[in-house]
Amino acid sequence: MDKFRMIFQFFQSNQESFMNGICGIMALASTQMYSAFDFNCPCLPHYNLAYGMGILLVPPFILFLLGFVLNNNISMLAEEWRRPQGQRGKDPAVLRYMFCSIAQRALIAPAVWVSVTLLDGKCITCAFCTSVPVETLGNASHPHLSQEEIQRVLARIPCKEIYNGQQLIADEVAVRYLRCISQALGWCFVLLMTTLAFLVRSLRPCFSQAAFLKSRYWSHYIDIERKLFDETCAEHARSFAKVCIQQFFEGMSTDLVAARCHPPRKAPADAGEAAEKLLGITDQGTMNMALKSWHRCKPPLHLHPPALPTGNGWAGEGQPPTHPSAPRRETAAYYSCV
Amino acid sequence: MDRFRMIFQYFQSNSESVMNGICGLLALASVKMYTSFDFSCPCLPQYNMAYGLGIMFVPPVILFLCGLILNRQSLVMLEEWRRPQGHRKKDLAVIRYMCSSIMQRAMVAPVVWIIVTLLDGKCLLCAFSGSMDPEKFVGFANVSTVQVQQLLAKVPCKDDEHMRNNTSHKAVSRYLRCWSQALGWSILLILIIAAFLARWLRPCFNQTTLLQARHWSNYIDIEQKIFEETCCEHSRLFAHKCILHFFESVRQEIKLHSFSLPREGEGAEGEEDLWGITDQDQVNKLLKTWYYEKPPLNVS
Repeated sequence: MDKFRMIFQFFQSNQESFMNGICGIMALASTQMYSAFDFNCPCLPHYNLAYGMGILLVPPFILFLLGFVLNNNISMLAEEWRRPQGQRGKDPAVLRYMFCSIAQRALIAPAVWVSVTLLDGKCITCAFCTSVPVETLGNASHPHLSQEEIQRVLARIPCKEIYNGQQLIADEVAVRYLRCISQALGWCFVLLMTTLAFLVRSLRPCFSQAAFLKSRYWSHYIDIERKLFDETCAEHARSFAKVCIQQFFEGMSTDLVAARCHPPRKAPADAGEAAEKLLGITDQGTMNMALKSWHRCKPPLHLHPPALPTGNGWAGEGQPPTHPSAPRRETAAYYSCV
Repeated sequence: MDRFRMIFQYFQSNSESVMNGICGLLALASVKMYTSFDFSCPCLPQYNMAYGLGIMFVPPVILFLCGLILNRQSLVMLEEWRRPQGHRKKDLAVIRYMCSSIMQRAMVAPVVWIIVTLLDGKCLLCAFSGSMDPEKFVGFANVSTVQVQQLLAKVPCKDDEHMRNNTSHKAVSRYLRCWSQALGWSILLILIIAAFLARWLRPCFNQTTLLQARHWSNYIDIEQKIFEETCCEHSRLFAHKCILHFFESVRQEIKLHSFSLPREGEGAEGEEDLWGITDQDQVNKLLKTWYYEKPPLNVS
C-alpha cells in the first residue's frame, strides 16, 4: 500500500514528465507511421495536388484529435467546465491553464508529421510538380504541346517509370528543385515551431508567474481530488458489495434453516472460523441453489441493518426498502416445494 | 519503496548530471538527425548557396533553442531573475553562473551538427561549388561563362547527365571536401583547446565566487523542486480532507432525514467504511451531489 502511494506520489510530482513521456511516444509513433506509410502519387494532373496536400494535412488533424482523446485530463477539463457552480466557485484561469497544457501536448505529434513530410519531400513533389517553372529549368520552347498536354506530362514527374517528358524538362532537375523547396519549407516550419515554443516558455516567468503558480496548483488539485474521490468510491463499493453478499448468504442460510423440518445440525464447537466462512451452506444441492438464486434473483441494492427483527422489515430505516418482495417470493416458492 | 525514494533523491541532488545527460542525448539526436536527413542539393546556380548554408546553420539554431527549452534550469534562472526582491536579495553572480552553464550546455548540440556537417562535406560542396574558379579545373576551362556557372552548380549531383561524362567534377568535389574537412577538424581542435583551457585555468580566477555561485544555484534548483513536491503533497492531503468532509456531510444528511432510532455501537462489520450509505438511491444521491454541488475548498 505504501509502495503504491510512493509510486503515486512520484508520478504526481512528476506528472508533467509523465505526460511529456506520452507526448514523446506519440511523436515517435508519428514518425514510424510516416515511414511505414506507402506513399503512392497518382501522377494525374488534378489528383496530384489533392493527394499531396491531403497526406500533408489530414493525418496531422487526426493525430491532433487523437492527442486530445488519449489525454485523460480532457474529461477532467470538460467536467470542471460544465459543472454547476454549487458551493465552489469556478476559476477561468484554471480552465485556461488546463486547456493550454492539453492543447500544447496534442500539437506535438501533428507538428512532427508535418516536419517529417516536408523534410522528406515526396508530398510537395507530388502536389506541385505541375507548377514547376519549365521556362527556367527546362526547355519551354518545345513545340506542339498544348497546356493540357504539358500539365499531363509534368504530372508524371514523381513516377519515374512512366515519365516521358525528358525533352521538356529532366525529371531529376524538377525533383531536385521541388525537394529543395520542400526541405527549406520544412526547416523553416521547424524553426518557427521551436521559436514559438521557446517564446511561450521563456516569456511566462517574466509576466504572470504568480497567476501561473496558482492555476497549476489548482489544476493538479482537481486532478488529485478526482482520483481520490474515485478511490474512495471504489472502497465504498467494495465494502457495500461485501456486506450485500454477506447478507445474501445469511438470508440464504436463514431460509434454508426455516425450510428444513429438522433442527439444524450444530457445527462442532471447535470447527471455528472455517465453519463460519461456510455460511451455513454445506452441501452441493444447497450451493447450487445459492448460485441459481444469485443469478435469477440478485438481492436489492439495499443493506438492511443487522439487528433487524425478521417479521418486520421496517423497524429501523425511514427509507423503505426498494424491493421488499423479492426475497419473500423466493421463500414462498421454497415452502411450496416442501 | 525505499529504492524509489533513493532514486528520487539521487536525481534531485544531481540535477547537474541529469542536465549533462540531456545535453548528451541532444548531441546524439543531432548526429542521428543528420544521418537520417536526405541531403539533396538542388544543383541550380542561385539555389545552391542558400540551400547549403541553410542546412548548415538553421538546424543548429533549432537545436540551440531546443537545448534551452528542454533545460529545466533555464526556467528556474528566469524566475530568479524576474522575481520581486521581497525578503531575499538577488545575487547577480548566481544568475550569471546559471546563465553561462545553461548556454554552454545548449551550445553542444549545434556545435556537433556543424562539425558533423563540415566533416561530411556535402553542405560546403553544395554551397560553394558555384564559386569555384573554373580556370583551375581542366574540364571547365574552355566553357562559356553562363554555361560554366550551370556546370559548376551541377557538380554536387554526381548522377546528373552532364556530370557523368565530366571527370573534372571529381576534382572540384575533392577540393571542396578537403577544405570542408580541414575546417571541421580545425574548429573541433580550437573548441577542445578552449574547453581545456577554460577548465584548467578556472581555479586560478575567483574560485571562491565560483563555489558560492555554484552552491546557491544548486540550492535554488533544489528549493524549487521541493516546493513543487510539497505543493503536491499538500494538495493530496487537502483533497483527502475535503472528500472526508463531503462523505461526512452526506452521512449527517442521511441521519437527519432518516427516522431511525440512534443505534450506538451496533454497527455492522465495515459500517465505518460505508459512511451510512447503504442504499442504491443514497449512492446515486451522493454522486449527484458531488457533481452538482462540489464542496467548498475549505477544510477548517
